[in-house]
Amino acid sequence: MSEHTHHHHAPPSEIEERVKKLESLLIDKKLVDPQSLDLLVDTYQNKVGPKNGAAVVARAWTDADYRKRLLEDATPAIMELGYEGRQGEHMVCVENTPQVHNMVVCTLCSCYPWPVLGLPPAWYKASSYRARAVSEPREVLKEFGLVLDPEVEVRVWDSTAEIRYLVLPLQPAGTETFTEQQLAAIVTRDAMIGVTQVSAPDAA
Amino acid sequence: MNGAHDLGGKHGYGAIDQSQTENFEHRWEETVFGLTLTCGMLGQWNLDQSRFARESTDPAHYLSSTYYEHWLHGLELLLLEKGLVTALELQNGKSGSASKLPAATPDKVKKILASGAPTLLPEQTPNKFVPEQSVVVKNDHPKWHTRAPTYIKGIAGKVVKLHGAHIYADEHARSGKKTPEHLYSVRFEAKDIWGQDAEPNSCVYIDLFEPYLLSLDEHQLAPGN
Repeated sequence: MSEHTHHHHAPPSEIEERVKKLESLLIDKKLVDPQSLDLLVDTYQNKVGPKNGAAVVARAWTDADYRKRLLEDATPAIMELGYEGRQGEHMVCVENTPQVHNMVVCTLCSCYPWPVLGLPPAWYKASSYRARAVSEPREVLKEFGLVLDPEVEVRVWDSTAEIRYLVLPLQPAGTETFTEQQLAAIVTRDAMIGVTQVSAPDAA
Repeated sequence: MNGAHDLGGKHGYGAIDQSQTENFEHRWEETVFGLTLTCGMLGQWNLDQSRFARESTDPAHYLSSTYYEHWLHGLELLLLEKGLVTALELQNGKSGSASKLPAATPDKVKKILASGAPTLLPEQTPNKFVPEQSVVVKNDHPKWHTRAPTYIKGIAGKVVKLHGAHIYADEHARSGKKTPEHLYSVRFEAKDIWGQDAEPNSCVYIDLFEPYLLSLDEHQLAPGN
C-alpha cells in the first residue's frame, strides 16, 4: 500500500471552539493556572528538544568511556549532561552498528523520550507509523529514504512500558576529526528515532 | 482492551505523512497538551488511567480523528468521571462553581517535570524468568487497560533483559494501586509474529510485565493460554 491516505477529521473551527471553551472553563474553575499552561507549552516548544539528544550522541561518539556508560545504563549517563525528568525516567540507549539497525515506535500510544527528543513529530503518533513499524520496518525505512542491506538486522523497539529508547546512530565516515559541537550539529531527531542515519555534511 | 489504539501490524493506513514534522500542527493542540498535563498534576488520576481514557474513544472516531483529539476526549472524560466539571459546564464553557482543588502552580509544574514519575519499585517477589529464557505471551484479552499489544498474543519470544519491578500498568489503571511486577525486555523474531509475510532479518523488542507471560512449559501444559 503506497497511496497516501487522507484521514478526515473535524474542521478546525469546531474543535478550536471546543478547546477554547474547555480552557476558559478550567481557568474559571481555578483548576488550571494559565501561567502553568504557558510554562508547559514553552518548555516543550522552545526548551526541550532533539538538541539534547544530539549532545548525548556527540558525547558518546567522542568519549569512549561515556559511550560505555550510556549503553550500560542510559538514565544516569544522560543525567550527566543535565537531561532528566518526565518521560525519560527510565532510559535505554540502543546502538546501531554495521550489523544492527535499531528503530523505535510506540504501537499503543506515543511513548517517546521527552527529555532528549522533546515531543514526538505528528507522524510518529499517527496510525500509519504505529501500525507498520513493527510489521514492515524495512518498507517504512525505505519511505524515509533508508535502504538497508539485507544482511543488516533490523530491531524494532515497541515502547509498551515506561522504558524510553534512544537510538545511538552510526557516526558517519569523514567526521572523525569533527569536534563534539560539530558532531552534535549533524545529529538529527529522525536518526535518534532510528528511521534515518546521520550523514556527513556535504564537502564544500 | 482490544481498542482501535492497538495498531501494531494493522493494514490499510497508507504511507507515512512525513510532512507532519512538528509536534503541534495547530494552536489548539498546544492548549490540549498543556491542559492535559496541568490537570494530570491535580493528582486525581494517573498516567495509565489517562491512557485508558484515550483508548476508550469510540473506535471509529479514534481512527478518524487526530492525536490531540484523543487527548481532548480523554481529558474531558476524566474531568467528568472525577466530578471536576459537569456535562453542562463542558457544554457551556461556563463555571457553575469554583473547584476546591488547588491548581498546579508554575513552581509545582517545574518540579514535576524535573522529577518525572519513576515507575521502578522495590521487588516483592523473585523474578520468574531469566535472560535467554523462552516465554510465550498469554492469549488474554482483558477489556481494561493493558500494555500487551494484540499482535504478540500467543507468540513465543526470548527474554533479553530484566528491567526490575515496575508499577504494573493494568492494576494502576484499574485501581490506582502501585503494584510491583517484573518487567522484561522480550525479543520476538519477525517470522514468529508475521509468518510468511515477515520481512527477512528483523525482530521486535517489547517490554512486557510478568503477568503477561508464560514459560514454555506452562504454555505446553495449557496451550489455550
